[in-house]
Amino acid sequence: MNPFKTILILAFAFLAVFGEATLSAPRSWLGAQIDLLPALMVYAALNSGLPTIALLALFGGIWFDTLSANPLGVSILPLAIIGWPIYLRRDLILRDLPFAQFVLGAAASAVAPLLTMLLMLSGGKELLLGWGTIWQLIVMTAVGAVATPFIFSLMDAANRALGYQERIEPGFRLDREIQRSRKKL
Amino acid sequence: MFKQKNYLALGAVVFVAIILLSLPTRATSRLKLAVGSWFLPLFGLAGAAQQLPADLADSVLPRRELLRQIDALRRENQQLRSQSVQSIAIARENDQLRTLFNWQRQSKWQLKLANVVMRDPANWWRTVQIDLGTRDGLRVNLPVITASGLVGRVSSVDKMSSQIVLIGDPNCRVSATVENATRDMGVLIAGGTLDTSLVELTYLASSANLKPGQNVITSGLGGIFPKGIPIGQIVDSRSVEYGLYTDARVKLNANLGSLEQVWVLFP
Repeated sequence: MNPFKTILILAFAFLAVFGEATLSAPRSWLGAQIDLLPALMVYAALNSGLPTIALLALFGGIWFDTLSANPLGVSILPLAIIGWPIYLRRDLILRDLPFAQFVLGAAASAVAPLLTMLLMLSGGKELLLGWGTIWQLIVMTAVGAVATPFIFSLMDAANRALGYQERIEPGFRLDREIQRSRKKL
Repeated sequence: MFKQKNYLALGAVVFVAIILLSLPTRATSRLKLAVGSWFLPLFGLAGAAQQLPADLADSVLPRRELLRQIDALRRENQQLRSQSVQSIAIARENDQLRTLFNWQRQSKWQLKLANVVMRDPANWWRTVQIDLGTRDGLRVNLPVITASGLVGRVSSVDKMSSQIVLIGDPNCRVSATVENATRDMGVLIAGGTLDTSLVELTYLASSANLKPGQNVITSGLGGIFPKGIPIGQIVDSRSVEYGLYTDARVKLNANLGSLEQVWVLFP
């Protein structure tokens, strides 16, 4: 596992949560605040290992809940529930295709807020819900879907620029070279 | 082996989430305070970045414009001074009359200015954070206003910051009075999810005489908000529950969507 990739993902999550709490432009233009953590979880699940997924679910959820009025820890489970199935089936997913990233980003961005709301409602919390919530979910899904391919490009570029690349061993080894020679007759 | 590792990692995450969710409120708020302090340097940077364009704009303003602004501010200052003198005289007279009639004297409220540093990232809450905390004397349930009207109340306090729950959030209910002949009273509850400027005034009497444009102010009941703080104006009303009571939509005076500075009221 490349620890730099994990650090990069966590740093992005930290900045994303901070941005969501300070930038009010999406709320005033679109009527809903966007959430980039589900899209980031799609990237982590397709490109990193289990520890990264677990750390992103834990820290991303805790950071989000800290800056929100959510009960602390309620956002952890939805993020984990998004990351695990994608990780388990990632060999079957065409992860390099932007369309696959778009679809996964849309699904993750729709499921995460729904699960969070469901958890809080089952815990007896009274939330600000109404017909406008449907519009907010549509906005979150659409923006999450569009943002996912960009996050893939951004993270890959940052990884290439800042991280070290794993050394690829060449197939050629001198000691395994077959000595060919014609037998002298 | 692979499957076992998966389940262990998932189990660990679920375990931590359950532990956090089952923590008592006090421990949770302390943990939130500790984790929230990680964001403090970024808040400082964001504040400085927001201030930069304003500073640049100030530095390039022409001298004539500055002189015009100074003149306008001087005039406004004189008007406010004369109004202040009048209100001091009225307050003194009110105190004297209250003493004469043996009524309890009204306590004076003090104001403290706070900057809004953050909004709730979740769409299902309406809260903001301000840069005043326990070190500034803040405590839970203090009213928060702007020059236009009521904004909300302090819901939780840390050392250096506090969370304000705004009107329209399910956790902020305000007892309100309509300024009409019958002084109809109701309770302000959450309004629409998209429009932050509209809230619902409910449990009004079925005989309430409501007209669009009538002012709504705090009633003083409930022990949190003092009487007479302007809230907004009636937009429309309708009879609900087969005429049992009346609901009205209220357009808030304060623009909750673009709060930058608020005043915290201290008794």
